[in-house]
Amino acid sequence: MTALGKLLRTTAFQLTLVYLMIFILFAVSLLGYFALNTRRLITEQITQTVNTEISGLRDQYNQGGIRRLVILVDLRSRRPGSSLYLVTTATGEGLAGNVGSLEPGVLDHPGWLETNYRRLDAPEGSEHLALVRVVQLPGGFRLLVGRDLEERERLFDIIANAGQWSLALVIVLGLIGGFFVSRRVLKRVDAMTETAQTIMAGDLAGRLPVAGTGDELDRLADHLNAMLERIEALMRGLKEVSDNIAHDLKTPLTRLRNRCEEVLRGPAGDSDYRAALESTIAESDDLIRTFDALLMIARAESGQARDNMSEFDAAEIARDVGELYEPLADEKGLALKVEAQAAAPVRGNRELVSQALANLVDNAIKYARPDGKLNGAPTEILVKAGHDGEHIMLSVADRGPGIPEADRSRVVERFVRLEQSRSEPGSGLGLSLAAAVARLHGGQLRLEDNAPGLKSIIELPRVGPTGAG
Amino acid sequence: MRLLIIEDDRDAADYLVKAFREVGHIADQASDGEEGLALALDGQYDVLIVDRMLPKRDGLSVIGALRGKSVETPVLILSALGQVDDRVKGLRTGGDDYLAKPYAFSELLARVEALARRRGNRGEETVYRVGDLELNRLSHEVSRAGQELQLQPREFRLLEFLMRHAGQVVTRTMLLENVWDYHFDPQTNVIDVHISRLRSKIDKGFAQPLLHTVRGAGYMIRDGAR
Repeated sequence: MTALGKLLRTTAFQLTLVYLMIFILFAVSLLGYFALNTRRLITEQITQTVNTEISGLRDQYNQGGIRRLVILVDLRSRRPGSSLYLVTTATGEGLAGNVGSLEPGVLDHPGWLETNYRRLDAPEGSEHLALVRVVQLPGGFRLLVGRDLEERERLFDIIANAGQWSLALVIVLGLIGGFFVSRRVLKRVDAMTETAQTIMAGDLAGRLPVAGTGDELDRLADHLNAMLERIEALMRGLKEVSDNIAHDLKTPLTRLRNRCEEVLRGPAGDSDYRAALESTIAESDDLIRTFDALLMIARAESGQARDNMSEFDAAEIARDVGELYEPLADEKGLALKVEAQAAAPVRGNRELVSQALANLVDNAIKYARPDGKLNGAPTEILVKAGHDGEHIMLSVADRGPGIPEADRSRVVERFVRLEQSRSEPGSGLGLSLAAAVARLHGGQLRLEDNAPGLKSIIELPRVGPTGAG
Repeated sequence: MRLLIIEDDRDAADYLVKAFREVGHIADQASDGEEGLALALDGQYDVLIVDRMLPKRDGLSVIGALRGKSVETPVLILSALGQVDDRVKGLRTGGDDYLAKPYAFSELLARVEALARRRGNRGEETVYRVGDLELNRLSHEVSRAGQELQLQPREFRLLEFLMRHAGQVVTRTMLLENVWDYHFDPQTNVIDVHISRLRSKIDKGFAQPLLHTVRGAGYMIRDGAR
């Protein structure tokens, strides 16, 4: 009951009904037009023949008088066919013809008329419709010439009949078709609804079924699936963040608390308190920094930072960041070089892109082997802005230990720090932020082997046609 | 210096009033937007410290109202909303500086002092002088004791900012914001390295150092002889 109701309320079924109506209307008008035109044509033809015949007979009458006319009509009446003839006196007494009876009063009104008649040789009761013309001849005689309309009526009936049947067929087939189409659609929609319900119930891994036909439902399912993919990733990210916060923020908090307790417990002098407080402040500053970085990543990932987008030159950013870090690198015995001559137009959040690049340079300086020489030259860090047609690439290449290929996707995650880097200061959020910023701009962060060393690349979509290529 | 602190968190406001008093400034406090606006329109303050999220009237609207009435007292916005776009919005409304919570008091103090002296400041002077160090803002020439010094463009801007605030503490974030126009925390001591480079150019070989490190706060350029 409800299943049928549901079926009848589907868009597909209602569309079928609408199409069906339109089709019926169209077919009826077409058939009607056809039938009426045919009828008109037949009538015209009859009129013409009858007129010709009457004028011929009238000529004969004028030349040979009533005798001639009676002979001629008598002759023609005997021919088989649908022609009707009747010649009467002024009082209505039949002289010749093949009409047995007419509706009363027909002969008194000269002109065109549709009337029922019976043929002379037909049995009583078999009356037919005919189109006749009555003329008054000089001398009081009346002449009636006409044609039986049976054929015209039959043709009209056939058309009407055919129309009725085909309409009935169309309606039945249309309804059945609509029923099946909507049931098919309904089935798929039901399947989608079901999946949606399981997803809402908490199973974020569920995906809508795709039939593979590439129709609009498939496209819808594809898009919804992509959306689910994104939601799942966001949720996973959220869970990861909360897990990480639990671990990476609680650990320093515990350390901080322990130190305070320790100082309070023991016999401490002013200088101990001072030292404890100073380290507490330093530790909380670190915590704030970590917290800020987390917030910024969350902001970049949720797309909120999109409000502050403008067009800028990524090459300029490479030069600025390079300039900011060059003395630091120099102090560690590293040569930092910038290659960014050509303009690299990008649309985005200038501050975030700067920070992302700064993080990469910071990492490179942190992990590059100080004083290590490669082929006799001082170890080099190369900051570069370039493009490959569609993408602007901001890259930082170092000669440090690099990142093993297996770990590359992992290090981008929040708080992940490889064993060898645990001793270095840092929150483990630098690469996560760079990756989040790249994604925010519709690009990506790529980590590659610099053989030896690491090459980190922020790939951003390039803006507009090439400027100063 | 006379300050007005518009902050609804009682503890935070008390702490600030006390801390400013300790360094010799007078601070009043208002606990909501309306009261803050009335006091700011009324009293003669050198700097206003305004929290963004306030009861009755939010911080940005207080600033907007003040600027609408042509009260040009410098305003420092203090807010838990510390992202770049929040900052941009705050400064656009008429704030003169923006500091995200949580902050170090030394940072707040340095910024407030910089704001207070901003107006009667040396902004229009062509030549800055600290001791025997001279910086010409038009010709971009720097000399110490008559001897010309070669500075990179960024070093010049760094020195220019320090000298404009001669005798005041300038924090690392203030330098990063004003000299490099970055509003993020670069994690490592990049600014310190730039300062030490600059120091080696202007102080090396001279008996009297001018560029001082203020422990726990930042840097200051000052004529030590006075």
